[in-house]
Amino acid sequence: MARLLKFNIFRYNPQNPESVPHMDEFVLEETDSMTLFIALNRIREEKDSSLQFDFCCRAGICGSCGMVINGRPGLACHTKTKDLPSEITLLPLPVFRLVGDLSVDTGSWFREMYNKVESWVHTSKQFDPAAEEERMENDVAEAIYELDRCVECGCCVSACGTARMRDDFLGAVALNRVARFVIDPRDERTDKEYYEIVGNDNGIFGCMGLLACEDVCPKHLPLQDQLAFLRRKMGITAIKSLFSCKSCKK
Amino acid sequence: MQTIYTDVLVIGAGLAGERAAIEAGQAGLSAICLSLVPARRSHSSAAQGGMQAALGNSAMGEGDSPDVHFEDTVKGSDWGCDQEVARLFADSAPIEMRRLAHWGVPWNRVVPGKSKYFKGGKEFEKVEKDENRGLITARAFGGTAKWRTCYVSDGTGHSVLFTVDNRCAQLGVEVHDKTEAIALIHDAGVCYGAVVRCLKTGELRVYLSKATMIATGGFGRIYPNTTNAVVCDGGGHIAAINTGAVPMGNMEAVQFHPTGIVPTDILVTEGCRGDGGTLLDVNEERFMHIYEPEKAELASRDVVSRWMTHHIREGKGVKSPYGDHLWLDIRHLGEKHITGKLREVYEICTSFLGVDPIHQLIPVRPTQHYSMGGVRTNKDGAAYGLKGLFSAGEAACWDMHGFNRLGGNSLAETVVAGGIVGRKIVEYVKGAEVSFNSSVIDAAVAAQRQRISDLTGGAKGKENVYAVRAAMQDSLNRGANIFRNDADLKTCVAELQEVLGRARKVGLASDGLGANPELAAALKIEGQVKMALMVAYGALQRTESRGSHNREDYTARNDRDWLKRTLAYWKNPGDDLPTLEYEPASSVLDLPPGYRGYGKMDIIPMEGQEAEKPAEGASGKKSAEKGDK
Repeated sequence: MARLLKFNIFRYNPQNPESVPHMDEFVLEETDSMTLFIALNRIREEKDSSLQFDFCCRAGICGSCGMVINGRPGLACHTKTKDLPSEITLLPLPVFRLVGDLSVDTGSWFREMYNKVESWVHTSKQFDPAAEEERMENDVAEAIYELDRCVECGCCVSACGTARMRDDFLGAVALNRVARFVIDPRDERTDKEYYEIVGNDNGIFGCMGLLACEDVCPKHLPLQDQLAFLRRKMGITAIKSLFSCKSCKK
Repeated sequence: MQTIYTDVLVIGAGLAGERAAIEAGQAGLSAICLSLVPARRSHSSAAQGGMQAALGNSAMGEGDSPDVHFEDTVKGSDWGCDQEVARLFADSAPIEMRRLAHWGVPWNRVVPGKSKYFKGGKEFEKVEKDENRGLITARAFGGTAKWRTCYVSDGTGHSVLFTVDNRCAQLGVEVHDKTEAIALIHDAGVCYGAVVRCLKTGELRVYLSKATMIATGGFGRIYPNTTNAVVCDGGGHIAAINTGAVPMGNMEAVQFHPTGIVPTDILVTEGCRGDGGTLLDVNEERFMHIYEPEKAELASRDVVSRWMTHHIREGKGVKSPYGDHLWLDIRHLGEKHITGKLREVYEICTSFLGVDPIHQLIPVRPTQHYSMGGVRTNKDGAAYGLKGLFSAGEAACWDMHGFNRLGGNSLAETVVAGGIVGRKIVEYVKGAEVSFNSSVIDAAVAAQRQRISDLTGGAKGKENVYAVRAAMQDSLNRGANIFRNDADLKTCVAELQEVLGRARKVGLASDGLGANPELAAALKIEGQVKMALMVAYGALQRTESRGSHNREDYTARNDRDWLKRTLAYWKNPGDDLPTLEYEPASSVLDLPPGYRGYGKMDIIPMEGQEAEKPAEGASGKKSAEKGDK
């Protein structure tokens, strides 16, 4: 006989005036290779059709299904029930605005973030359709992609002590994004310009170094390395601007 | 109720939609993309392999050109494609890849010198030229004469989507995420925008636009087993079908992939078999060599999928709570190979199945993968039947894929077609004057409110939406799968007609308040069954085998009678069958129909055309061997 799994799931529908935040309990029999994706869909189709949660690719690629699984932010699609105890508690990610039950609004948060950090290549060059592409070393291309792998699931933000205390903290995901453009030779921004974006307590100097962001990142991105890289770079930029040397007045 | 005006409304914010919106933004027009999910979660992000474009920078791509790419694409389509479109695509793809590089895509680049590569399990060596150092490189893909697939490690779709979305943010193109278009607003043959449900609050909104575009990807979720994301449910198609005026093209052309994992149908790459992996049955015995003595597991996607399904039907499948499946065995490749060359496969198996492929078998089954059919458009991306309506990407039947799509051509199509159609939309909007008739808008909104209140109140019945959906998927899966025949398709059509009756009587079990997911499912179930009927009924009528459409009772490709495209309309909402019409597959035949160069097949030639020798019997086999070299 397979295990009986007891799910405790956070419930609240802000659009229903009668709804109050509470936990609901559902029991399912475990099947082979069961993931939370399978379990939650079965609960919705067999037990409570109003249950809200987000999945899209269900393959660990898109980052839709971030939630707090037995106390830890993670992707529900690649969380196997056999790795969990028979009692499973699911809560929505904190920090992001709640849509309902386990569903949160990460889209608005991330859109605001990438507008703040101007998450695009800043270049004065015009594209010429008749010309050969601009060359790049393959090592550089691969290094950029390593940082580009973030899926914006929001787990790092939800696990971040600073982000929980202050709304305006950019978080590891934004700093990783900035680092991606710093190493991209196509982006013409200077260190001083990056400093304007992240050289403050909302950015690189707000991090308390608790390391949870990297612990929970489902893509295993080297978030702490990027924080250290940027902090060093921004620290040097700050010192340079104190002495306002000529060479750094680009 | 909120009404939002924009020059260009794009339904869908994946690569095709955002790429088109960029053209609008660059031209100084306002553009809004609607998306079920945050834009960067679109299914485009899941594409790993790459994008075909004849840049010819890599050693194995030398001598490549848009002409060769065009020929591969037409052959791949089994001559079902529009050759003008295939030409346009092949010519534009290299420019588009360079443009993406300019915007920030970190394409893998040519590294000069010697390197090794594997083919058919054997090792070979190639030498990259010094003068090409740093140019965009390419990898090999099936069905192509040259290495032509540009890539970003194993995350091409992800990387390109992030870059394109960045460009949208830079240009001020808005993305309204967690919104769903539930109906198009149209009058007297002109499209004016859409009625949209907010998936955060459940409220209805009206979006009015000079041009509207459907870029919602595929509709694989009408099948029970698919590699498609859960958002690939055909919402955009349904909005078009429900106008009664817009036809779907070639809905019977559905591509299946041999190795989706069980239970969740996530894809494991063809590379497993390419590198020497084998398929096993319930007795852990190989079977592909019985059916295909020469190529065994390495026959083409459609062929392997067919034999796997056949073998399961013979009772040799492995029983599981999720249905019968077979095994993929890569254990003999060894730990180094599996965690190196097949890293992605290793991670999928361990993360999603808890299976260690170094020591354990991988449960797999053929799975729905790609929809060649969709909203029929002309070569400008303008939909048939409604002025001001456009479509691109997998949602569209622009028709460069015909009856079989080559790997690497779909992801490239999203951005190439998005760019071309985007520019056509800009032309259209700049020449268009639109006046919105408020009574038409009010009527469109009232109709949707009525539908919602009927569903929440159970006015039409109390059928459970998930049960109806399962019945539809099951029926389609049995009748219009990899193998098709007259009897099964007739049963399928009859069953789907009954399911359609049930879909019209769905009532909600829950309250339907807010972002209620049951209501979202209920609003599209009737349209999904109509799409399923377009697939099954179109397949029933097409009495030939072409590309992915394989009739057991009509095994030849019949160019004499079927070198044409199916157009499926749903003319009246109350109909219980689509209306089918036909048009020539291509107005130009630069490459006359012939033998594809792989797979055994019989061809009934066009009138006035000699049957090609290699297409028949034993000589066909010979040619297939030649083609493989």
